[in-house]
Amino acid sequence: MWARFWQSDGFWLFRRSPAAMLAAVVAVLILGGALLAPWLAPSNPYDLRTFDLMDGLLPPLWQGGDARFLLGTDDQGRDMVSSILYGARLSLLIGFSAMLIASVLGVSLGVAAGYWGGRFDAVVMRVADVQLALPAILTALLIDGIARGVLPRELHDDLRIPVLILAIALSLWVNFARTARASTFVERRKDYVEAAIIMGQHPLRIMARHILPNILGPLLVIMTVDLAAAILLEATLSFLGIGLPADSPSLGTLIRIGMQFLLSGEWWILWIPTLFLVALVVSINLLGDFLREVFNPRLR
Amino acid sequence: MAYFILKRLIQSVFVMLAVAFLAFALFRFVGDPISQMTGVETTLADQERLREDLGLNDPFLVQFARFTGKMLVGDFGFSYRTRQPIGEMLLSRIPATLELGTVALLISLIVGIPAGVYTALRPRGAATQAILISTLVGVSIPTFVIGIFLIFLFGVKLGWLPTFGRGGTVQFGWWRSSLFTVDGWRALVLPALTLGVYQLTLTMRLVRAEMMEVMRTDFIRFATARGLPMRALHYRHALGNTMIPVITIIGLQFGGVIAFSIVTESVFQWPGMGLLFLESIRFVDIPVMGVYLVVIAFFFVLINLVVDLLYLAIDPRLRVKEAA
Amino acid sequence: MLVVENLTVEFPGRHGVFTAVEGVSMTVAPGEIHGLVGESGAGKSTIGAAVIGLLQAPGRIAAGSLRLGETDLRALTPAEAHRIRGKRISMIFQDPQTSLNPLMTIEDQLIETILAHEDIGGAAARARALDLLGEIGIENAAARIGAYPHQFSGGMRQRVVIALALCTNPELIIADEPTTALDVAVQSQVLALLRRLADTRGIGFILITHDIGVIAEITDRVTVLRGGRVMEAGATAQVLGAPTHPYTRALMAAVPRIDRKLERFLLPAVEGDLPETPEAADEAEYAANWLLSGLRHADSGPVLEISGLSVRFKGTRTSLFHAPEPFAALSDIALTVQPGSVLGVVGESGSGKSTLARAIVGLVNPAAGAMRFAGEGLPYGRARARSHPVRRAIQMVFQDPYSSLNSRHRIGEILAEPLKLYGIERDPAQRRRIAGAMLALVGLAPDAIDRYPHQFSGGQRQRIAVARALLARPSFLICDEPTSALDVSIQAQVLNLLKDLQARFGLTILFISHNLAVVRQMADNIVVLKSGRIVEAGPSEAFFASPQHPYSVELLSLTPSLALLDGAA
Repeated sequence: MWARFWQSDGFWLFRRSPAAMLAAVVAVLILGGALLAPWLAPSNPYDLRTFDLMDGLLPPLWQGGDARFLLGTDDQGRDMVSSILYGARLSLLIGFSAMLIASVLGVSLGVAAGYWGGRFDAVVMRVADVQLALPAILTALLIDGIARGVLPRELHDDLRIPVLILAIALSLWVNFARTARASTFVERRKDYVEAAIIMGQHPLRIMARHILPNILGPLLVIMTVDLAAAILLEATLSFLGIGLPADSPSLGTLIRIGMQFLLSGEWWILWIPTLFLVALVVSINLLGDFLREVFNPRLR
Repeated sequence: MAYFILKRLIQSVFVMLAVAFLAFALFRFVGDPISQMTGVETTLADQERLREDLGLNDPFLVQFARFTGKMLVGDFGFSYRTRQPIGEMLLSRIPATLELGTVALLISLIVGIPAGVYTALRPRGAATQAILISTLVGVSIPTFVIGIFLIFLFGVKLGWLPTFGRGGTVQFGWWRSSLFTVDGWRALVLPALTLGVYQLTLTMRLVRAEMMEVMRTDFIRFATARGLPMRALHYRHALGNTMIPVITIIGLQFGGVIAFSIVTESVFQWPGMGLLFLESIRFVDIPVMGVYLVVIAFFFVLINLVVDLLYLAIDPRLRVKEAA
Repeated sequence: MLVVENLTVEFPGRHGVFTAVEGVSMTVAPGEIHGLVGESGAGKSTIGAAVIGLLQAPGRIAAGSLRLGETDLRALTPAEAHRIRGKRISMIFQDPQTSLNPLMTIEDQLIETILAHEDIGGAAARARALDLLGEIGIENAAARIGAYPHQFSGGMRQRVVIALALCTNPELIIADEPTTALDVAVQSQVLALLRRLADTRGIGFILITHDIGVIAEITDRVTVLRGGRVMEAGATAQVLGAPTHPYTRALMAAVPRIDRKLERFLLPAVEGDLPETPEAADEAEYAANWLLSGLRHADSGPVLEISGLSVRFKGTRTSLFHAPEPFAALSDIALTVQPGSVLGVVGESGSGKSTLARAIVGLVNPAAGAMRFAGEGLPYGRARARSHPVRRAIQMVFQDPYSSLNSRHRIGEILAEPLKLYGIERDPAQRRRIAGAMLALVGLAPDAIDRYPHQFSGGQRQRIAVARALLARPSFLICDEPTSALDVSIQAQVLNLLKDLQARFGLTILFISHNLAVVRQMADNIVVLKSGRIVEAGPSEAFFASPQHPYSVELLSLTPSLALLDGAA
């Protein structure tokens, strides 16, 4: 398994692509930082006792700030390093969960639609059409809006993260469904699948054991690209004030807070989280691009 | 051919019905419409009478049919928040969003298609690599960050352009346009750029991928082997065949432009439909949310019908019957 | 006219530089058709691409010289080379379906090409285009010239492609597998057209093909290639009739002959195959015994009986108000397969051969008719239970060995699947044991069991597919074009294997092919299909000796004759 990986064309291409390697390093650093935030971060931005209003609006260290705060503090005196690490943690949690839910939902529907065709396919694709008529951000906003209408206020506040994940997942499943369906459609007509059908294998087994492993390539690309999309979507929703509130800030929320300081001199409150978000998404997208090239050699 | 158009029309009607149903379900089941419309002082009996008057006790399908029928004649109901007719509210907002979206889409096409063609024809050039890297960064920067950056640079630092509102507008009937004054255009530049940059990167990458695919086909190799001039080869043969898939995506992109105008409008306080929708979500103004959905879907369906007609114009395989 | 000397073409890649063509020399005279023949990987298409200057990146000419008349082709700038393309050298591609721009009319494409090289004005260009279409055999050219490519049939489209290659009066045309995508009747017309153009216009042709029959039919000279090197070259009659190189001799021996049935093809051993050791023989013996112990022969009566079988497909809907015309893929088919015999099914593309196989295995649902297997009624596709015993008894070998094995599974998993699914063997270790032995029986080394399909050649994969089919202990084997995706020598190996297995185990086989010569090698009885109907049926040898139906006569006469080879073997 490992030997196969080290010798694969993909790994060979990877070692020849400085952009992909750099992106992988950045992505792994951010992911590691986010995962280990409770141990790495100097303070806990959720815990009111750990910060002091007196430390508010300190600039980063190289601009004459305080030695305790490498990237400065916000108006509440929260350490920017800690806020960003915890924010990235939330952003990644939401992004990953939403992407996984969307991929499981979309791939199941897409593979089944491509395999069975006929009426089931028609229904799934018409639903996908309707979904396409309502772009991702709209769907996510809408689902969040419905949750506000349906759930009592206190409950809605508690369920903000699950609602957000669901909203993003439901707006991204179509990508997976369409890709999985198109690939399944191609595989379905290949002889190895027909051989399995003739043998009398169970359709679910054919889909899971024969078709799915053969369409993983393009799906992996979509998973990467949609992880980036999910993180962007979460940031956008939080920026619009519909995602996460200021007391449990994601990267998007941090940027929204930073907007208030756009006109005053405290640039770090806005631009450092922004830079961090962009670096994260760029590196994920670079990896997605790289995977696309690996799985579609004709693009090389 | 007639069948092709007819089939698409039927599909469009289906999509519209589904969205209308969604809007209706929102209105009917998310929160109680009566308690939203009435105050605490209304008696239960009054509430019940209102319920009866509004037909909320009728069978479900009857209510849906009435809801759809009213929409068809332009009666969209009333906002919970402002108590105004939603039709009028939207009508005053639509021009702003359409102007913004159209200009953004034009930016994306006018820059994106040539850039895509260029990078496809010179896949290994230095300029291509630079363009590819910058578009990758382009798709990775959230729209709102682009907006903030443009505001910061051109509004705050340089002070060249206004950072909010529509600037000077001219009224034509119910259409309030900012396209006829210098001031209006100045106000339009930053939001349109913000919205256009993201779509531009998508357009460019798509055109590039499709064009590279076409350049690999047999008929391009055959045309090369016949020694056709490169110009004809690239622009008549390759680009023509590239446009078929590209047109589809542009149709889809229009939906994206309208949707992302929500963000742009929020950043630039642009008084369009998106801002209205955001406000309606914040105040759980369900009827406005529903109508917004229907209007967006309508634009989307309309654009896609136009796309289908363009197909017919471009692709003879859809127009002319195959010989046996 | 064209002189190629010591041509070497290299492709730098991950695993070092790959030399696709090495030290190839050849000449083409005006009016001469020079055949380049060889199996896949021989470098024949690369030579064509190098001559016209369209090598795919990152390929490059590393050495040698290419001269067309007085012009040194290697010394040209890219712009000069591009001016020569079309004007002096042109090219015909394999697939007429994809060679034409679908969005432009034939007229526009012809006129555009003529005007690209000669400044004669639109009217004159159009007149020449019309003449040309008439010359290459498109009837009513004045009316057809305004049509789009999709409005022509495959054969007509290839004629249009030839007209496009011809419209600038080139000296040399490179034809890369120009008839491979065409049916045999159309193929012979297109070949005749090429011959005529060479004779009347004095155009030199490089004809690239894998098909010895095509070479024998129209070429003057031939160059036999293998692994990028010239094996043998000379006048066609001499090279095919009296080959001197061992490779050429082996190649000629592997060509199936329509005029006689061979017991076995004589073939040299191939690298990667099982060496003939006592251990390997023991393994193969184990598999053979296992197979024999489970094969149950029907004592009497036919294995398969089909009567009145019809299959209809829904047409594409083009109107909302008229139901689409159903397309009859098979009509009123009746046939019988006796135990231990091989029934050959032949026909051109679209004749319904594959549909017949798919109806029997249950992949398509017939509209009418009865099928009986070993005396019992066979339910139609959708009504056939997943656990129906016939799913084990009937096994199938597919055309494309690259898609018939799941590329994500190891050979061991692929082979164990039938044993497990049909409940033949419950113990995993024993399953592996039997699978390994079966590999030996089809002539593959035992370490194949832990490898993946992509690590094998097409012929080896096809043998794995045969092993998979045998592991179900089938009483009936359907082979749907099992060799048409394979090179000639590999085809001979697979045919040998099938013949051996059939003789040893008395297998009953339905053998489908478009290639009459291949069918002759395998079949005891023959059924000829045309447009979904049986036009002739009967014992094989009698059929090839004296076909009865006019269509059969035509098919047999159009298949390229290989009488030239009689000096060989």
